[in-house]
Amino acid sequence: MEEILSLFYENREFIFLIIVSIFLGIEVISNVPAVLHTPLMSGANAIHGVVIIGSIIIMLQADPSNYYALILGFLAVILGTLNVVGGFVVTNRMLEMFKKKAK
Amino acid sequence: MNTTILGLSILELSYIVASVTFILGLKMLSSPDKARKGNLIAGYGMGLAIAATILFKEEFSADKWLNYSLILAGLVVGTVIGMRMAIKVKMTAMPQMVSFFNGMGGACAGVISLVEFDHLRHGGEISAGMLIVILLGLIIGSVSFSGSMIAYGKLEEKIADKALPAGQIINIGLLVAIFGLAGYLAFSGHLSMPLMYTLLILSLLYGVLFVMPIGGADMPVVISLLNSFTGMAAAFGGFLYGNQAMLTGGILVGSAGTILTVLMCTAMNRSLTNVIIGSFGGGGAASTKSG
Repeated sequence: MEEILSLFYENREFIFLIIVSIFLGIEVISNVPAVLHTPLMSGANAIHGVVIIGSIIIMLQADPSNYYALILGFLAVILGTLNVVGGFVVTNRMLEMFKKKAK
Repeated sequence: MNTTILGLSILELSYIVASVTFILGLKMLSSPDKARKGNLIAGYGMGLAIAATILFKEEFSADKWLNYSLILAGLVVGTVIGMRMAIKVKMTAMPQMVSFFNGMGGACAGVISLVEFDHLRHGGEISAGMLIVILLGLIIGSVSFSGSMIAYGKLEEKIADKALPAGQIINIGLLVAIFGLAGYLAFSGHLSMPLMYTLLILSLLYGVLFVMPIGGADMPVVISLLNSFTGMAAAFGGFLYGNQAMLTGGILVGSAGTILTVLMCTAMNRSLTNVIIGSFGGGGAASTKSG
């Protein structure tokens, strides 16, 4: 219990940021029209690809002789890149289609 | 000394810029005429955050040439495959593609937790709080990965809807096992890799059983839900590394994704509980439950 409380204390700024971000996330998309549900989902999907930064940090901090971390980290970089690149390109293609329909 | 401080300042500044582009991007994605621009802006922000991390997170040292080459190789491989898949996919197959890429992000978060857990075992500083963050990242990331893959398979019509008898009881049992095991790992101080892999397998299994009985027509709602799961997993990673870009990006998607899931349900005249527990709908098992 004490450890959890100390985790809370050490990270109080992050916890503050988390709470504000939760409300911001809700606020920012609350007026989305139904036609944009799927592109928005896809765009959000691309944004959580930010997890790739974690995989890069693993690779930067891994000891060059620690093959377990290097191999898994390499895999994580590929997975994260797929999420980012695929996510943004797919969203862009979806929205391209919207533009044509509107004309 | 000065160069490191300069580098770290540029790094933190990039993370702030990236966080702003994520917020702006999401905002613009929810209005029809700005949506495309919003997606591009968020994309640039992401590129900036990635580049700054590689360049400034650690001071470059020549012994780590292998690490740097693997990062670049991973980026190239991921970009080539991701581009090919995203460009080739038919317009009608977009939702399953989103699900597929979502699964990749979930898997990425899971793998990060596996590596960090191993790192803790080899002399890293152990605190129950950080362990919980790592374990939650693994659980949510893996559930999101296997769930998304099943959703992908269903929309591709490679997997049929199947409900296990007493599926709900099995699922609840699995959840109890997952959190029991995670609690043991977090508080016993016994950092066992086999137990960590057991947790991974149980979480993957839960993702499969969670999505399996849900009907095809409800899939977009489930994908959106899993999307917000991956957002949360990314945010746990951000918490672990004290990384603002990961934290804001992940939480934004986590909360916006959850609201979006609810909005999608409302648009379909359904309630979220109905979609998850009722498991009736397009081609699924008929049910008499109603909201």
